[in-house]
Order: sequence, then C-alpha cells, then structure tokens
Amino acid sequence: MREFGYQRADDVPGAVALLAADPAARYLGGGTNLVDLMKTGVEKPALLIDVRELPLDRIEVTGSGGLRIGATVTNSDLAADPEVRRRYPALAQAVLAGASGQLRNMATVGGNLLQRTRCGYFADTTKPCNKREPGSGCPAIAGEHHNHAILGASAHCVATHPSDMGVALTAFDAVVTCETADGPAELPLAGFYLPVGDTPHLETALPPGALITGVTLPPAPVAATSRYRKVRERASYAFAIGSIAAALDVQDGVVRDVRLAFGAVASRPWRARAAERALTGGPATAEAFAAAADTELAAAEPLPHNGYKVALTRNLVVAMLTELTQEAVR
Amino acid sequence: MTAMTGTVAAAGTVGASRTRMEGRAKVTGAARYAGEIPFADLAHGWLVASTIARGRVRSVESAPVLAMPGVLAVLHHQNAPRLEEFAGMLGPDPTIQILQNDRVPHVGWPVALVVAETSEQAREAADALVIRYDQEPHDIAFSAQHPGMYTPDDSPLLVTETGKGDIEAGLAASAVVVDEEYTTPEEHHNAMEPHAAMARWDSGRLEVVDSNQGPFAVAQDLAKMFSLDLASVRVRSEHVGGAFGSKGLTRPPVVLAVMAAIVTDRPVRVVLTRRQMFSVVGYRSPTAQRVRLGADTDGRLRAFDHQAASLTSTIHEFVESSAGIGRVMYDADAHHTSHRVVRLDVPTPSWMRAPGEAPGSFALESAIDELAHKCGMDPIALRARNEPAVGPVSGLPFSSRNVLGCFEEGARRFGWADRDPRPGAAREGRWLLGTGTAAATYPARVAPSTAAVTAEADGTFTVRITAVDLGTGARTALTQIAADALEVELDRIQVKIADSDFGQAMIAGGSMGTRSWALAITAAATELRAQLALPGDIPSDGITARSDTAEAIGALARQERHSFGAQFAEVAVDVTTGEVRVRRMLGIFAAGRVVNPLTARSQLIGGMTWGLSMALHEEAIRDQASGAHVNADLAGYHFASNADVPVIEVDWVDDPDTHDPTGIKGLGEIGIVGAAAAIANAVWHATGVRHRDLPIRPDRVLLAGSRGC
Ligand SMILES: Cc1cc2nc3c(=O)[nH]c(=O)nc-3n(C[C@H](O)[C@H](O)[C@H](O)COP(=O)(O)OP(=O)(O)OC[C@H]3O[C@@H](n4cnc5c(N)ncnc54)[C@H](O)[C@@H]3O)c2cc1C
Ligand code: SF4
Repeated sequence: MREFGYQRADDVPGAVALLAADPAARYLGGGTNLVDLMKTGVEKPALLIDVRELPLDRIEVTGSGGLRIGATVTNSDLAADPEVRRRYPALAQAVLAGASGQLRNMATVGGNLLQRTRCGYFADTTKPCNKREPGSGCPAIAGEHHNHAILGASAHCVATHPSDMGVALTAFDAVVTCETADGPAELPLAGFYLPVGDTPHLETALPPGALITGVTLPPAPVAATSRYRKVRERASYAFAIGSIAAALDVQDGVVRDVRLAFGAVASRPWRARAAERALTGGPATAEAFAAAADTELAAAEPLPHNGYKVALTRNLVVAMLTELTQEAVR
Repeated sequence: MTAMTGTVAAAGTVGASRTRMEGRAKVTGAARYAGEIPFADLAHGWLVASTIARGRVRSVESAPVLAMPGVLAVLHHQNAPRLEEFAGMLGPDPTIQILQNDRVPHVGWPVALVVAETSEQAREAADALVIRYDQEPHDIAFSAQHPGMYTPDDSPLLVTETGKGDIEAGLAASAVVVDEEYTTPEEHHNAMEPHAAMARWDSGRLEVVDSNQGPFAVAQDLAKMFSLDLASVRVRSEHVGGAFGSKGLTRPPVVLAVMAAIVTDRPVRVVLTRRQMFSVVGYRSPTAQRVRLGADTDGRLRAFDHQAASLTSTIHEFVESSAGIGRVMYDADAHHTSHRVVRLDVPTPSWMRAPGEAPGSFALESAIDELAHKCGMDPIALRARNEPAVGPVSGLPFSSRNVLGCFEEGARRFGWADRDPRPGAAREGRWLLGTGTAAATYPARVAPSTAAVTAEADGTFTVRITAVDLGTGARTALTQIAADALEVELDRIQVKIADSDFGQAMIAGGSMGTRSWALAITAAATELRAQLALPGDIPSDGITARSDTAEAIGALARQERHSFGAQFAEVAVDVTTGEVRVRRMLGIFAAGRVVNPLTARSQLIGGMTWGLSMALHEEAIRDQASGAHVNADLAGYHFASNADVPVIEVDWVDDPDTHDPTGIKGLGEIGIVGAAAAIANAVWHATGVRHRDLPIRPDRVLLAGSRGC
C-alpha cells in the first residue's frame, strides 16, 4: 500500500477545490470500497479528501412528496429512515440486502453509487483487465464469468455493477446531484452510468472532479408498496447474482403503473423499460409477467457460464409481480 | 510435603463441561498470537509470490526497491541462505525448499522476500519489486480423464488401492446398480489467524514464534534445513487461531523468517495475507470420484467400487484419500477402492479437515442414498443391512462401532419415521422441502508423545507437553485429564504447551492430539504418583516424572479404531431462483470418551457447519489462462455466513472403547464427514434432482429444476 495524504473537507466548495487542485486525489466516503482497492493496488490516489463530515447527511421530504438524500448518509441510516421505509420500501430493503451491518454503518450513498465492479480480474493487478488497464484485454469473457453481465455488455468488458441500492434508485427515477468547480449539476441516474462500448474504464457521466452531493427521488405513489428481492450464493454477505426492485399498481386486474429494475445483469442497474411498456395497461397475469420479462430479456447475450441469469431474472419478475398483484387484491 | 494423591475425592473432571482455561485472556486480548507479539528491533518480511504458473525467474530487479524507505534486504533465489534438503515428518518436502532455484511451479510460489523496518514499507516495496520471468505453457485443467493421471505408490499417508473379489461379475449379478461420478471443487482452510512467524537469534539459539500445529516437528525441520543442533532451536506456538491441517507442517513463512533473521541479524516477522494463504499453505484438491455399487433388491451389497481422482503439484505428491472411507463403512464380496492423481501446475494440496473422508463421504454417502432409493428402501435400513462385522478390507475387529446407535438416536430425535420417502412431495410457499441423512466415520489414531509432570513444592502440579491448542480447547481438556490422572482439583494444575523445548509430541492433527497427549500425560502422572508415594519431601525444584508412549502404543492390539456418526439435514429449495437453505441439522456421534462436552460440541458443530459450507458454498475458482485464482479473498471465496447456518444439534451416544487406556477417539474432524452428503441427499428429496457436483450452487439448482412425484 503506497503512502497517501489525507485531508478532511469542511464544506462542499472546499472539497471540490481540494480535488481540483490535485487530479490524483480521490474523495473518501466510508472507504469500504476505495480502501480495499488501495490495498490491492487497483487504486493509487496520492490524496484522500474525506467527505464524511460534510453537511450532506440528511434525508428530507421534498415539497412534491419525493425525497432528497444527502451523499454522506450512511447505508444504515438510509435503510432505517422512516420516510424511506414508508415511501420507497424497496430502497430500504435493497440497502439492507447489501454487505454487512458493519459495512453499512460506514458506507455512504455517494460511495455506493461509485463502487467498482466485483469482477475478480479487476481486483487483481497481476491480471489483464480493460476496465483497470485500458487495452489489456478482458480475460473474463473466455474465463470465469458466471456472475457477469447478460445485458448491455460489450466485447471489451462484461462486468456488472454490484450495487443493490442503485437498483432501487433506478426503478424510481432517481436524479444524482453534484457539485463541480463550475457550480451544481444534475444527472438522472438513467444516464449516470455510461454504456460500456470500448471504454469500460469510463464508468459515469459525472464531470471530472465532481462531488456527489445527493440523490433526489421524485414522488412515486406506486413505490409505497414496492419490494426488493435479491438472490445470492449464500444467505447474507454476498453480492447479488440476480435481483429485482419492483412496484406495481393493479386495479381490476389491469396494470396501471409498474416499475422494474434488475441488478447483477449489466454494467449498471438495469431499468426494464421494455417490460414496463409491455405490462402497462395489460392484464396482471403470470403469463403477461413472463411475456414482459421475455421482451426485456430478448436482448440478453449470455456467455457460456452465465445463461442461468436469464432464467433467474425472468423467474424473479414473475414471482415478484405475482406477489405484488396478490397483495393488491388483498 | 508428601504425596497428595488419593487424599482428595476423585476430581471426576473428565466428562464435565469446562470453559476454556485461556478464555478470559482471549476475549480481553491478553492472549497474543504469532503475528502480534512485540519484539524489540523487529523487522518485517513481505512475501513476493510468482504471478506465472510455470517457468523460471529470469531476474529480480532489487536495486530500486533497496533504495526505498526502510528496506533492509531483498531475498531471492540467488542470495537467500541455502537450505539442506531434508526428510521431515513425511519425507522430503519441496514446498518449503523456497528461494533455492529459479523454477516456478505454480502461481503464488514464493520468489522473493522483502524485509523492511515496518510492515507497510515491506509491503509497498514488495508491490514495487519487478520480477521478470521466462514463462512456459501451463496446465491446470483437472479432470478424471486427464491423460497424466497415474496411480501413486503407497505412502505412510495412503494405501493406494485395495481389492477383493470380481467387481464386474458382482455388478453384473446385481439386481440394482448405481454407477455415478461425483465431483468436489478446490477448497481452502483460510483459518481466522493467518500464518505468521517470527524468528530471532537469542544467545546463540534460534528462537521462533510460529503459528503451527506442531512446534516440535517445526523445530526439527528448521534444525535440519539450516544445519543447526536441535537443541539450539526453540519454536513456540502458545495460541493458534485455527489451522485445520494448513499449519500441520512447516510452512514458507517460518522458513522465510529464519532466512531473513540470518541475513539481517534482526528479529524478523513474516505474516501472510489472505490472498497468499490461497497458495502456499495447502488446500483440498478437487476430486472426481466414480462410485459403483451393486446390490440385491433387499439392499445387500454385492459389489463396491470407489475410484477417486485428485490433483497434486509438479513438485510434491499429495493424494486426497477419498476412497478410503469405504474400507471402513461397507463390505461386499467384490470390494475395490483406488486412488489416482495427476500432476498439474498448481500449488501443492495438503491436509484439510478430514482429508479423504470429507470429499469421499460426499460421494459415497450420496451413492448409498441413490442405491436406497433404487431399492425402494429407507436409507438407514439399507445401511443397517450392510453393517460389517469386521473391517471390510483388514478383517480386523472393530474396537467399538456404534454407527447404528447413532442412526437410531438421530432418527428418533429428527423425526425420521414421519418422513414421506417420495421426492418433491413437500412444499411450503416457494420452497420445496426435503430431508436427508448420511453416515460419518473418521479413524481414531494415536502417535507417540512425551510429557513431563512436575509436583511443585507448593502443592501444585505443572504439566509440560508440546501439544497445541488451535482454539479447540486442547489446553483445557489436557488440564482435565491431568487432574483426573493425579486425582487433584483442576486449579492445582498448570498445563504448559506448545514449546518445542518440552520435547517430542504428536502434532495437533488427524483428530489424534487429545488421545495421544492424554496417553503421555497419564503415563507421566502415574509415574509421578509412584514417586510421590515414596517417603520424603518435595524439593524446591519439584519432582518431575517423564513419559514416552512409543512402546505402549506399539503394544496396542491391532484393531479397526474409528469414530462414527449419523448426520441429518432438512433443506428448503427454491428451484426458480436456485436458493438452498438448510433449516436444521442434527449430528449424533459415537466418538469414544468425551473429555469436555462443551468444547467437544463446538468441534462437532464447527465441523458440521463446514460440511454445510462445503455442500452449498465453497469453491476456489481458477482461471485457465493465468493459472491463478479469481476469488482468492473472503469476499469471493464464499463460505457459509451466519444467516446460512441453522440450529445445529449435536449429541453423542455411548461408545466405550475398552481396548484403549484413554478410551478417547478424537472428534476434531468427524463433524464434517457426511454433512455435505446429508444436505445433498436432502436437496434430492426436496427436488427429485440429484446434485453430484459440489457446491450445490444456485445456478446449478436453477438449471436442474425439479422432478417431483
Ligand atoms: C465485503 C463486502 C461486501 C459487500 N456487499 C455488498 C452488497 O451485497 N451489495 C452492495 O450493494 N454493496 C456491497 N458492498 C459494497 C458497499 O456497498 C460499498 O463498498 C459502499 O457502498 C461504498 O461506499 P463508501 O462510502 O464506503 O465508498 P468509498 O469506498 O469511500 O468510495 C467509493 C468510491 O466513491 C467515491 N466517492 C465516495 N463518496 C463520493 C462523493 N460524495 N462524491 C464523489 N465521489 C465519491 C470514492 O472516491 C471512490 O471512488 C460490499 C462491500 C464489501 C467490502
Ligand atoms: S469483465 Fe470488465 S472488469 Fe472484468 S476483466 Fe473484463 S474488462 Fe475487466
């Protein structure tokens, strides 16, 4: 582990200025991902700018009935917040499905969105990896990829984004707010993560040096009965191999509104818009749910060892929407 | 003062639950481990491991690294102290002949050691050290069909092959036949405490603090490797935080620490990282096992064939003895067991908790379950029908064998009689439910040890023996044994362990520690009591009696000595997601005399938890292109989390072994044996689909689906 500087930022402009002055610097949230990667030599920042003391640790209800979540709110506080649990239960469930109690106590909203992939090649500097070392190749495609992407990947990288929180945020049209040297900016989460293409090392549309200040969730009445389900290789403390955030408004057997997002299938949390379109206005039946899932997954390009994710994600859609429909009836 | 013995009421402490003697020291942090004991002027060594799977080191570019802050030395094959090639406990061990030549036999092979003032400096310099290689093509692809498979010679650890009768004829004559292949993946111990060693010169003696299972054996190895008198080497391992076989032999960290202490003339400590622990301290080889069983319709076996394949490295042969278990469990007129192994460009495998029996029982006890289903029999009834009267291969009598007692008691407690034998019959919401059972066995071996017991002038007693407490509670059990042997209260006994100066003793391994050490302590205590019975006072330096059990052990009758057990599991399976959850486990064991029920239960629960982990989670994955792991950390190498582990109930039935003076059989390993098979059998019962490849991962379960009744 190389030597590095450490500085605590007192206010938002100060943090942005510190980073602008030193391009090799990085913001430090809970450090649960960044410090791990520094130990393995994947990240080598010369300076860490600790943002955890910034006044960005609040969760507020917006005038329109949405939520504004500060970037340094810990994952634990986010999951425990009564407004989050009431308005967007899937978000609280998603956060609780991630990592462990200790990690969630440290991890922040900003850091969670920017956590790096768990691809085993990425974390190991002795191996090639286009994301870590552009142009070095992607050994996962011919090698170990049973937990890699089936949607939106490219011949240059098939990694997934590991966040559970991000899946729920994506389902509810979250908008990321940030601060840059030129002032504040906003980025819808839908456009936050860049397409993989031939630049897997470029992960987000965040302007250089930008500090994430928070996430805004627009009001979504349908989200009040939303749910998150995660499948992993053990009951706890593992990343998803498939997950789903879903919200459903059914009246008289007809789908009025639906939100669907998948985790562990792509380089970003995957909003299933094709499935949503196929469902809206149609019957709330298992057949329709399956057909909608198939519509979304028609674009899937599984590799030899991750084809099960197509079936898994499809099954999750059917099970979750069936469950939500039954509850709506009750 | 004269003899105290016989004057107090018998302590009766063996068989009573006792909390660990060092428990308080451990929970308050007072107990120190090899990686954290402070030494003045300590320097730190950081291992540099090869990144290629096969080839030669062309150059080690140490000059720039030597200029880095705090760096004291860079050791590599051209400048490291030369090591004698020696024969240790199991013969020559090329896995610790490190930094002796430029050959790289696998990814993770030690190619250099960077020594610096602080561990951070050493790590940074090690990361910066450039090593150039001449790489050669490697082969790491294990399968039973690999053309390099060969039949190994017998060794002290392995009888390669056994056979009687005509297998093919037996199978042909059988009304019911099972012929299946089972596989288990590469698995790792990764004990909570990483391997760590400190070496320093102290008044002309080499003093070592090391995390291992046998300090005397390590001292012997170091003396031979570094051409020293055994008397001038001292190795201590006062507290060890888990080992499971990975610390059973002298490992690279201690060799490197000694080398660095020689070169720098400073105390040097070497601690492995988690990632390094996946490559230089042994692991369980993947296995591919073919089991062929032929039986009459009433379940009686006519033909039994277990063929096990595993891998080893190109530098050392270690064979996972998976096919050994049938030599104890089941008899048939035609009975055959065999092992084959292939040399690949991978690290050398080694002992891992219940070596052989753990993967072997998965295959065999799954196959027995398949046979029972094909015969339309209850799997316990089928096992009862095949109980052998004597060792199936040896023909020797069993010292005691109460496997049926285990099944009887287990079935009663588990509610086995109420089980609907049809697969896929029970459902609860999205979960399919099933139950399964399997037999367990593990050898009860013993090895010569020495011990010294001193009657102190103040009326207390000091026991000295080179035993090791791996966290198991060995120190406490030995205190109980000594108290009984001396017939005094527990608090008058101090047991000192894990110091090679105390002399030869069996390592803490093979489930043999407690029995072997108990024999030695009891012998010394008996001798001491004879001395104390003579008139006279105890001098200020006490009266010491010593024992050596070599002769007594040589005189033990030749018998089949084993622990046995019955494992039960209930699982819930969602075949639409592939999730498997174990709802409860029960293990009933016949494991001889239980010294400390409290810690014994922990050992068995720990073993069963590991069996669960083996069934559902554990799997080290290697990348064919690089020959390296892609999940060599504890976020990637999954083992059961707390949420995966249900209530595990453990108990034992009477199992008096009257032929052994201690009656102890050992239970460090049997808990894992059969546990994975019980779970796999339960998954079959839940889903109607047989999973013959471990781990039973969600993707496998999902793709296999269900085939209910
Ligand atoms: C063992 C383990 C298991 C885990 N399991 C899960 C899981 O199951 N599901 C899951 O979703 N996650 C899981 N995680 C990941 C965890 O959620 C993330 O590590 C965590 O959310 C990152 O937050 P942090 O604040 O610690 O980020 P840090 O590690 O501090 O930072 C991560 C990145 O974000 C940047 N950053 C941080 N804050 C800001 C900001 N305000 N503005 C701009 N950039 C910023 C940093 O510079 C860095 O690049 C796991 C982690 C571990 C170690
Ligand atoms: S999938 Fe992406 S992160 Fe993984 S090795 Fe390939 S390029 Fe690197």
